[in-house]
Amino acid sequence: MRRTGAQIVWDMLRREGVGVVFGMPGGSIMPIYDLLEKSGVRHVLVRHEQAAAHAADGFARVSGKVGVALATSGPGATNLTTGIATAMLDSIPLVCITGQVPTSLIGSDAFQEADITGITLPITKHNYLVTDVADLASVMHEAFLIAQSGRPGPVLIDLPKDVQAAETEFAFPNRPFASVQRAVPEPEDETLRDVVKRLTRAERPVFLAGHGVVRAGASASLVALAERSSVPVATTLLGKGAFPDRHPLALGMMGMHGSPVANRAIQAADLLVALGMRFDDRVTGRLDHYAPGAVKVHVDLDAAEIGKNVPVDLSVVGEVGAVLRRLLDSAEPVERAAWSKRLAAWRTDAALRDVLGRPEPTSLAAPRVIDAIWQETEGKAVVVTDVGQNQMWAAQYYPSDAEHPFVTSGGLGTMGFGLPAGIGAQIAAPDEEVWVIAGDGGFQMNVQELATVVQEDLPLRIAVINNGSLGMVRQWQEMFFGGRYAATRLVNPDFVQLAAAYGIAAWRARTPEAALAAISSARAQRGPALVEFQTTRQGDEANVYPIVPSEAALDEMIRRPEPGRDLQRASCRNARGRAR
Amino acid sequence: MKRTLVAWVEDRPGTLNRVASLFRRRAFNIESLTVGHTEQAGTSRMTIVVDGVRTDSRKVEQNLRKLIHVLRVEDVTERPAVLHDLAMIKVTTSNGTRSEVMQIAETFGGRIVDVGLETLVVEATGPDERIDRLVEVLRPFGIAEMVRTGRVAMACDEDSRSGRRRSGDG
Repeated sequence: MRRTGAQIVWDMLRREGVGVVFGMPGGSIMPIYDLLEKSGVRHVLVRHEQAAAHAADGFARVSGKVGVALATSGPGATNLTTGIATAMLDSIPLVCITGQVPTSLIGSDAFQEADITGITLPITKHNYLVTDVADLASVMHEAFLIAQSGRPGPVLIDLPKDVQAAETEFAFPNRPFASVQRAVPEPEDETLRDVVKRLTRAERPVFLAGHGVVRAGASASLVALAERSSVPVATTLLGKGAFPDRHPLALGMMGMHGSPVANRAIQAADLLVALGMRFDDRVTGRLDHYAPGAVKVHVDLDAAEIGKNVPVDLSVVGEVGAVLRRLLDSAEPVERAAWSKRLAAWRTDAALRDVLGRPEPTSLAAPRVIDAIWQETEGKAVVVTDVGQNQMWAAQYYPSDAEHPFVTSGGLGTMGFGLPAGIGAQIAAPDEEVWVIAGDGGFQMNVQELATVVQEDLPLRIAVINNGSLGMVRQWQEMFFGGRYAATRLVNPDFVQLAAAYGIAAWRARTPEAALAAISSARAQRGPALVEFQTTRQGDEANVYPIVPSEAALDEMIRRPEPGRDLQRASCRNARGRAR
Repeated sequence: MKRTLVAWVEDRPGTLNRVASLFRRRAFNIESLTVGHTEQAGTSRMTIVVDGVRTDSRKVEQNLRKLIHVLRVEDVTERPAVLHDLAMIKVTTSNGTRSEVMQIAETFGGRIVDVGLETLVVEATGPDERIDRLVEVLRPFGIAEMVRTGRVAMACDEDSRSGRRRSGDG
């Protein structure tokens, strides 16, 4: 069968089961777009290519499928890069297809030419420049295999315009492509027995659950194992949902803004079993003081992660779901009364300092907003966050579980991620209630995507946590840079009017009562809705607590001052580390 | 200690770039890297020497394995293997010293591949430290120019391990 390159692109996308692509056309990708209408694939037209990559990413995280983004050559392709790097650091399967100038012009600095395979080499799992149309079908097949297999990641295919137009004899590729896939080793029986033995003997064990558990859909096995062996579970930011946050054994999030219970438990533990996580620096705090008394067991799919940041005593390279099931087969029931008693005491202390426990709130502290959204949605929303304080508050105050994903840019920490990723998440789960939680800073980094929301008629709910500043940086300036607030104050547009200009219903809330009413109105709206929450701008309620300063150990966190205490004094006394 | 890794890679455009980019991105310290064809069409072979003190060679190995075009990686440091370097050394000579230089080259198993009026070129292959010594001995005569390929490695037949000494201990 004779097919052109552009036809092969759509044939292969359909064959890979792709139902939706995110993109924006331009000169060098026009032959592909020319066939869009006949393709039967839904196309979501974004307003900036960065948003195409983030939307494909949000779609992938919620659907479990590969996200696909299309862009033209040059600036179209370079605009994708932030989204590609975001997906790379969070191990999200993407296939990005970029147009390229014709092969005869490559290397000539032609109009809208950029060496995108060169540029994306370190931020993709793999990439291709296809110069012969005869290779295209196998390249596309390989790209989807690579994106999803093993530790997932983004793959980019650069397609010169003449290759899109060229014809070739086409057949669906059916060779095995063994070389592109990495065999996942079966965990050794002996090692697993050793893990079980240590688990039985440990007095203060903690499970650390990461993104790998979420990706493997292994939450149920983890819950069963934790319950049988009475092991509390802390999750990473991307591991939110790996273990139900409301479970009695849940310690909450670990790390820089983790729950004090999780951080104390890790530092006091005699056994850590890390499952599908990579000991990121935001998780460990100061490395040489990390969990000093713990035997460390690391289970991960990626052998290159073992011992990368934290030296481990025992490692299992394998698929975390399979490992958990194997452990569950042989784990013995254990009770740990002393350990749970200690954890319970820490829990009580943490609850005492919680903002939510303060009597008669008059100001609108951001945690109250997140809590109100959680209450109103009964914990059943898909939450997509931006990056910064809003992200940490959402992580702390919106409990997740396996059924209700928490979508966030963890590794790269990409401001501007929330709104476009929310678009992808809503398309992946059209019947779910999807809430984007963004700050006033990050929201404006891709605010143009409100138009995409309207054009696609998505019932997205958007919460803008407006504290009039780049809040996380402001917090660091307050705590570690002597209160010199350089370039963090934002003069913002009227977000309600802005939403109205796009045709989106919007509300504004300044008090806890108004917040509840606005959330309820937004939820009742049939189409998209936005609520601007004008939250506390100063004082301890404007800051994220606890916070582990850089170069400090996990249990050297700065806690929220108890009401009435002077904030500056409290933070100065505790701040041991240098800020970065 | 130097560690020697051998990687079999697909002979595709950009493969060397991917490997080099990996080393740069992860800040791996590489002593030398050589690439060449193998007995199999489409497969190239890289010999990579890593400074084992500054860089954890296991990390290099694990990360190389993640590259799609890398077919296989083997650490041959602990195995009986032939580890050789090739050097071409242009030595300044005069009528008085020419024969002496030629004699030294011969002693080290090298050969003279070019003779000029004021220089001659010594070519030598062998374990790095033997080449190092040759260079040291020739230095007093004046080295005008030198090029070394860096180490290439080949593991010995497993069956002949007994009694065989490793050639070229880095």
